Amino acid sequence: MAHLPAQTTQTARRRGALALTGAAGALMLLHYAGLLPAALHRLPPERVPDLAVWLDALFNFVKDDLGLLALTRWLTEPLQWMLDVTANLLFGKRRWPGIGPIPWTAIAAAATVLGYHLGGWKLAALAGGTFAWTALVGQWDIAMQTMSVLVIAAPAAFAIGLLLGIAAWKYAWIDRALKPILSVLQTLPFFTYLLPAVIFFKVGPTAGAVATTIYAIPPMILMTTLGLQKVSPEIVEAGQMSGCTRLQLLRHVYLPAARTEILVGINQVIMLCLAMVVLTAFIGMPGLGAKLLAMMGSFKLGRSFEIGVTIVLLAVTLDRMSKAWVARQPMHHERGTPFWRRHFALLAGLGLFVLFCIVAQFVDLAAEIGRRQSLSMGKEIDTAIKAFLNIGWVKATTGFLRAFLNVQVLIPFRNCLLWIPTPAFILLIAAFAWWLGGRRQAVIAGLFFALVALSGWWDRSVITLYSVISAVALAMLIGLPVAVLAARSARWSNRVLLICDTAQTFPSFVYLIPAIMLFGITDIAVIFSILIFAMVPLVRYTIEGLRTVPPEVMEAADMSGATRWQKLVKVQLPLALPTMAVGFNQAIMFAFFMVIIAAFIGTQDLGQELQRTLAGTDLGKNFVLGICVSLMALTFDLTILNWAAARKRQLGLG
Amino acid sequence: MAANPPVIAARNVWKIFGKAPEAYLRSLPAGRSFDEIRADGYIAGVRDVSITVGRGEMLVIMGLSGSGKSTLVRCFSRLHDITGGTIEVDGTDIGSLSERALIDLRRSKMGMVFQSFGLLPHRTVLDNVAFPLEMRGQDRHARRERALEVIRLVGLEGREDYFPRELSGGQQQRVGIARSLAIEPDIWFLDEPFSALDPLIRREMQNEFLRLQKMLHKTIVFITHDFDEALRLADRIAIMKDGAIEQCATPDQIVLNPATEYVRKFTEDIDKARVVHAGTLADPALRAEGAAVDADASVHDLARLLIQDQRSTIPVERAGRPVGAIRRDEALGILVGAR
Ligand SMILES: Nc1ncnc2c1ncn2[C@@H]1O[C@H](COP(=O)(O)OP(=O)(O)OP(=O)(O)O)[C@@H](O)[C@H]1O
Ligand SMILES: [Mg+2]
Repeated sequence: MAHLPAQTTQTARRRGALALTGAAGALMLLHYAGLLPAALHRLPPERVPDLAVWLDALFNFVKDDLGLLALTRWLTEPLQWMLDVTANLLFGKRRWPGIGPIPWTAIAAAATVLGYHLGGWKLAALAGGTFAWTALVGQWDIAMQTMSVLVIAAPAAFAIGLLLGIAAWKYAWIDRALKPILSVLQTLPFFTYLLPAVIFFKVGPTAGAVATTIYAIPPMILMTTLGLQKVSPEIVEAGQMSGCTRLQLLRHVYLPAARTEILVGINQVIMLCLAMVVLTAFIGMPGLGAKLLAMMGSFKLGRSFEIGVTIVLLAVTLDRMSKAWVARQPMHHERGTPFWRRHFALLAGLGLFVLFCIVAQFVDLAAEIGRRQSLSMGKEIDTAIKAFLNIGWVKATTGFLRAFLNVQVLIPFRNCLLWIPTPAFILLIAAFAWWLGGRRQAVIAGLFFALVALSGWWDRSVITLYSVISAVALAMLIGLPVAVLAARSARWSNRVLLICDTAQTFPSFVYLIPAIMLFGITDIAVIFSILIFAMVPLVRYTIEGLRTVPPEVMEAADMSGATRWQKLVKVQLPLALPTMAVGFNQAIMFAFFMVIIAAFIGTQDLGQELQRTLAGTDLGKNFVLGICVSLMALTFDLTILNWAAARKRQLGLG
Repeated sequence: MAANPPVIAARNVWKIFGKAPEAYLRSLPAGRSFDEIRADGYIAGVRDVSITVGRGEMLVIMGLSGSGKSTLVRCFSRLHDITGGTIEVDGTDIGSLSERALIDLRRSKMGMVFQSFGLLPHRTVLDNVAFPLEMRGQDRHARRERALEVIRLVGLEGREDYFPRELSGGQQQRVGIARSLAIEPDIWFLDEPFSALDPLIRREMQNEFLRLQKMLHKTIVFITHDFDEALRLADRIAIMKDGAIEQCATPDQIVLNPATEYVRKFTEDIDKARVVHAGTLADPALRAEGAAVDADASVHDLARLLIQDQRSTIPVERAGRPVGAIRRDEALGILVGAR
């Protein structure tokens, strides 16, 4: 009896979805028969509202009449000043205070001690190794250019996110206002952050820092609010009874008690900042990203590979260090422990730092490793990779894959999608949403895609969607079997999960490197880079979903005499499906993100147009394009997450 | 005690949880029961409670889980704003205090010990204990001195630099107690302070608590589930049910003359001979001859005498002065559990 309402909604949903699909089918038949009026196939260009122009007018109003530009220009000054200071310290830009650059040995030593303090010898080796590698392969300067923005952007994102998080926790209306903005921000393509940053904050490091900061704020807000909400009421009451004023309560009780969540927020801020600061290469920010972009553009695989390794090492180091900080619990010292023992790490770090600063005055190598002395093997690696790719069977395989996928699968699929009349396409998407989430979702999905159609960028949107869908489908084809196999043993699950966790910390940019290595600068490379990027969450959530099926359920299945295959299909997969759906959703979001970045390889989708806007000041167009991507991504995000949550509730999985 | 004005005086206090409690209370017909209120979608945490606590008195609140004990104490300390009635502390209505005045009251007069400790996890024992002093703005040195003093008082010296995570449950609760004592409060609220502890440590903590109280003479409101604990500590016991106080009286009175059926049930299994004292049992109008017994002796203490002595009435005296006499058969009845 209890199943009855669930059953009826299920059938109602199926019926709704079928009706929409039927309507879409009818439209397609008409089109096939050549009876569909052209206006119903594509929105005629003269009907497309001039959204870009309106938006431009709005922007100009905000920019000039409301004086936003004046404000941001005014803000640019101190920001520029701070960036100059870090630039001077880290790579010796000729600015105040004029004491840099700090010798690489000093920074590496301090990082090593910090690593030791946070997580013992392993982390010390990782941190020291990363910085030593960076210096030794001759990438110290560009790495520090990147870091000089990071060390400003990350604290800024942290501070703003923390304040907004506190505000959202304190005032329900702020929370309500922020929620939708945050979800749009999280699906907005990165290029849409870049152009306003450039317009409002001057090209170069300032714009890069601003775009990076804004991109990294949302998770900090979410984690702060989450942490504050979780503080146990009794601790708060204890604070109140101790006579705390409101401010004291926040400062001494709430924030310290929410320490874990806030630190997790910091970890995410750092990782997002690193991922983004690399991408600011697209607006001419010098650093690792710009170098990588240039190297990949001229197909210098060896150097690209080295830079990729540097970026990955930096990412892993920052991630591990900040995670170790999260896990660190305060420990007391025995009474009478001398001062130097209590602050051993601090003193050692400072001591080594100063020591190497002095040593560097006398030994040039300790201060700087120039181009000549560096151990970079870019050329050799380049030749090796190219030789490998030229081996008969490798060449044959990649060539075959490229040809087969392109000719047999991707191009026909793309043409098919492009052939579908716009209204039919919208109906199909709405049907999908209805089937998963009911009528409300269907209306939202239809509305969102109708807006995309109205934007006038339909064909490019469909091509974007085509890349996303085909890459995610391929990722599932490869990722799901891997995950299912790995989930069979605890050992393999842990191994694969560790790989996924590590891979997830890599800035998205580096995923392009293997793609370009294998497939050159082609369409397939785009799909391939999206594929590996999207595979990570797919594999990860599938394993997690399968591994968290309660053991009692599995035992019950065993006792019912189920074979392995039956257990997988009848028990594990249905129970794991909601979790897998979350992974699937993340894969789609990652794909939307990546497809835009991959634009510079030369696609014909929205990303390409978006990237083109970066050269100008066409804010309106930039936003229309960005919103198109965001609307499509949000459609999937809302539908799938809604379904996963409802399904979890139904299965009683919390 | 009666001559002094009470430290805490609660009159017709209501605390109702729900969407619009004030409006609901105003429209509430008299005598609506707890269940009827719940059917209306509200929860009566405290229902029309009037009670006073005298200076230096220890009031113990008892009742089943969910009967509103913690809620009542939270009303006393204004951690909850009450829905109706008034609560006066030292003659001032705490409901009308400004935020600032309330903070000052808590900083100078009130201490509270929480059921699950409520320690700040990121502070050492010393910093936890010094926390109320820090909030008060006391300077570092004075704060440390005082904190060390109370830490010694609760027997935690040597562990000042530990973090709560590194302490056992009993030790954590001592930190909670020390913290609540740091500001030398006049009024001390303890919400099931020992319930999370195992019986041995609990016993030890009770002894320590009595020792402290002998030194400190505070006005105390103490919540417990444990009747033995209540009997050891209480001057008066208040028994709560569904948010209302069923009876508030001395332990002797509660077991001898339960006001309601509920209280009688509640106290049914108690060994009354250990609770009832000669002084309570003594009839002031009665006089008797021979050796007198002490008014503070329980019936259980007098068991041997009651059985061997053949007098039908036995004189009782307090501090050498006669206060009346007990009837032997009545006392024997209590001893063998006839009542
Ligand atoms: N903040 C609140 N919001 C809503 N209802 C509450 C709140 N606090 C307490 N209550 C309700 O008030 C009633 C009394 O709760 P209270 O915590 O005072 O019980 P208690 O006697 O202390 O129980 P225990 O012995 O379990 O600690 C309970 O029904 C509880 O659900
Ligand atoms: Mg309670």
